[in-house]
Amino acid sequence: MLFTSYEFLGFTAALFLAYYCVPKKCQWPLLLAASYIFYFIAGPDYLIYILATTATTYGAARLIEQNADRQSAYLKEYKAELTKEEKKDYKEGQKRIRLRWLVVCLLLNTGILAVVKYTNFMIANINDVLAAFGGNRQLSFVTLALPLGISFYTFQAMGYLIDVYRGTIRAEKQFFRFALFVSFFPQLIQGPISRFGDLSESLFERHAFNGKTVCYGLQRMLWGYFKKMVIADRILAAVTTIIGDTGTYHGAYILVGMLFYTLELYADFTGGIDITIGIAEVMGIRIQENFNRPYFSKSLKEYWRRWHISMCAWFRDYVFYPVSSSGPMQKFTKFTRKRFKGALVRHLPVHLSSFVVWLATGVWHGASWNFIVWGLLNWAVLVVSEELEPLYARFHKRFLVGKSRSYRIFQMGRTFLLVCVLNLFDCYHALSDTFGMLASLFTSGNWQVLWDGSLMNLGLSGLDYGILAVGTLMLLLVSLSQRSGSVRDKIAAKPYAVRFCVWYGLFLIVLLMGAYGIGYDASQFIYNQF
Amino acid sequence: MEHTIDRNNKKKAWLRGIVSAILIVGSLWLLQRLLVPKYVDGIVEGAFVAEYYKEEKDFDVIFVGDCEVYENFSPIVLWEEYGINSYIRGSAEQYIWQSYYLLEDTLRYETPEVVIFNIQSLQFDKSQNEAYNRMSLEGMEWSMSKVNAIKASMKENEHFLDYVFPILRYHSRWSELSATDVEYLFKTKKVSHNGYYMRVDVKPAEQVPEGRILSDYSFGENAWKYLDKMTALCKEKGITLILIKAPSLYPYWYDEWEAQVEEYAAENDLRYINFLELQEETGIDYNTDTYDAGLHMNLSGAEKLSVYLGRILAEEEGLPDRRGEAELAAAWEEKIADYEAEKAYQYEYYGINKTVTELK
Repeated sequence: MLFTSYEFLGFTAALFLAYYCVPKKCQWPLLLAASYIFYFIAGPDYLIYILATTATTYGAARLIEQNADRQSAYLKEYKAELTKEEKKDYKEGQKRIRLRWLVVCLLLNTGILAVVKYTNFMIANINDVLAAFGGNRQLSFVTLALPLGISFYTFQAMGYLIDVYRGTIRAEKQFFRFALFVSFFPQLIQGPISRFGDLSESLFERHAFNGKTVCYGLQRMLWGYFKKMVIADRILAAVTTIIGDTGTYHGAYILVGMLFYTLELYADFTGGIDITIGIAEVMGIRIQENFNRPYFSKSLKEYWRRWHISMCAWFRDYVFYPVSSSGPMQKFTKFTRKRFKGALVRHLPVHLSSFVVWLATGVWHGASWNFIVWGLLNWAVLVVSEELEPLYARFHKRFLVGKSRSYRIFQMGRTFLLVCVLNLFDCYHALSDTFGMLASLFTSGNWQVLWDGSLMNLGLSGLDYGILAVGTLMLLLVSLSQRSGSVRDKIAAKPYAVRFCVWYGLFLIVLLMGAYGIGYDASQFIYNQF
Repeated sequence: MEHTIDRNNKKKAWLRGIVSAILIVGSLWLLQRLLVPKYVDGIVEGAFVAEYYKEEKDFDVIFVGDCEVYENFSPIVLWEEYGINSYIRGSAEQYIWQSYYLLEDTLRYETPEVVIFNIQSLQFDKSQNEAYNRMSLEGMEWSMSKVNAIKASMKENEHFLDYVFPILRYHSRWSELSATDVEYLFKTKKVSHNGYYMRVDVKPAEQVPEGRILSDYSFGENAWKYLDKMTALCKEKGITLILIKAPSLYPYWYDEWEAQVEEYAAENDLRYINFLELQEETGIDYNTDTYDAGLHMNLSGAEKLSVYLGRILAEEEGLPDRRGEAELAAAWEEKIADYEAEKAYQYEYYGINKTVTELK
């Protein structure tokens, strides 16, 4: 069920109705049932995967917590009898047991993810190696269904387990409540990757009908549908045309393709998250924000703090910190600090840790080399920016441009362009195509296509371009308005007639200008296979 | 005091809610009316099915089928020559399941003596084109027959809800609206003559392509299923079902298809008339009686066929001459006047000279 399908809208509407009709104590069980029905409709075979992750993570978390509780009780009971050394030995022994549970569960679940998502990628690489050594034998590819949202729920469950291991949160005692945390259906499509500590309270608490919350939730959903259906799905035709034919569309077309894809990605992904957050909000459930106007970022580092926030935070907390604070990395840090001088060497352990993070981020995004290169390029740009920071600071000071408005706009434009270029690795699945198309920007010399009417042959009419221009302007205006507070609050402060015109007007725009139905290839959400 | 303010606020909220709901429903209804195709000029075939509901439903003969019925037979001639009160429930590329449900729908209002079904559509086992589905189904009034017709007709990429709320299907038509859409927002124009679509122009059939070789000439299971259902329904209601094959030279009618229909008609004791084999008897001249090189009859061809068919209906099926029924005759007078007016208009439009006597 796509967010934009009638079935999904009907399913959600029926759920909203039922949610406020059933006794409040039945609200979260109802959500659990709805989530599993949703998952069943997506593919009955997928259920086994999500059930396996839920059961193993729940079990491991409970075992880890029981062990930690036993440890505390034991140390409390024998506080007087045990020596400091004995206590230390005992703690380390118990910690090893907990670590074992953690590692086994992590390996099992990341293993499931790896098998279903990366088996064919591995086979392709093995075949390449075999061919390179002159072997005639090639391994056959396997047909494995990729369960809906497997990366999202696996990461969410693993984050929970690590938090329990770290003692940051208490393990959930009720299996079914934990099952809801893992399977909460709006999140299964595009995320975000929620933390148990953030989501659980509002997910399980009882919610009375609140007109304002429901209204705000519906407004958020509507805005998401506007982004998704009016902008993302409309511009998709041009993006697909450009990407699909490298022979025809190169040079200046690539510039257009990069811009269009970046717009599509933003509208599609943030639109999906708006719908997710809106659905939860209607039911009184708070889901963390996943975007903070990312295209206003003045550097790539800032961009990654404002784009797909939950994923970045996940990699920071569960990959970067463990790697950078691991024994070998600590030793390496001491070693470099003792032996070498200079900022780059001092930063080396951090850069190495972030290398691991970006490698993992690339792999997470997709099972192909273009995503890995995309991740590593992000890492390289971030490292270079970091190392050149003192130089930038001197430049800003020397030319007094650091705080000027025009320079900030320049920085935003530069970052946006950089993101556009990096996104190209997401478009073309063959690295040779990506580099070839990037190079064609400077070699094709076909800039006339930008004004000679060639852009009208990309699957978009003049009217489509007009709708896209107005839609993008609306996105921009709303983003600018968000800087001074919630747009919904601002609209809510207006008289009823104005509110009605705004929201009903937006509904009509989605209804009449949305790219849906026969004639439009309603695309899958870009992120729902991650 | 507070209690009164609270009550006033609640009242205000209710009032707002009701006014908003009325505005939303009203504007959506209006938008839907504006956006749906009107089928009053250009492609008018989408309007045929709906026109039936405005008729006094007391027909002796009902035709169901595709363009081979609504372009090839003239109910006006059947009335004028034999006093047969007939109506064509035809539509463009009407599939057999649509013919069945249109017949079922018709039987909700009346039970004719004879139902005539053109068997050309047996060649299709599933719907081929969404546009044709729309033209056959949208005009039907809502009933279980319509629901089942939609369910039987939908292609994989179609959705039932799009038929319930056509605005979802035609949402992007706002960019191609014309003055006609506004003019016919609340009214409609009659475009057929008891379901007959008139064309007076002439384009002789010169080179008719041979049918391409098919891998399998058997009609599909689904097509047979609906023919069986139609036969059973007619038997149950005491209606005489006549199968016909109109004399259209193209699409090609294969001998293998003919054999299957003949066998079916014999097995089920049905009259089957293949007009392709009756060129001499009907007097059809493919140089003068077709307007599109043999695909469909023009007025001249349709009138010749109607004279021939009318004789069978009157003499062999025993349908009564109802020209003596004053009320019915009066209604037909009006229809004949419209028919003649359009005939004259089209002769002028296509630059065909006809004397008054010829026109009559």
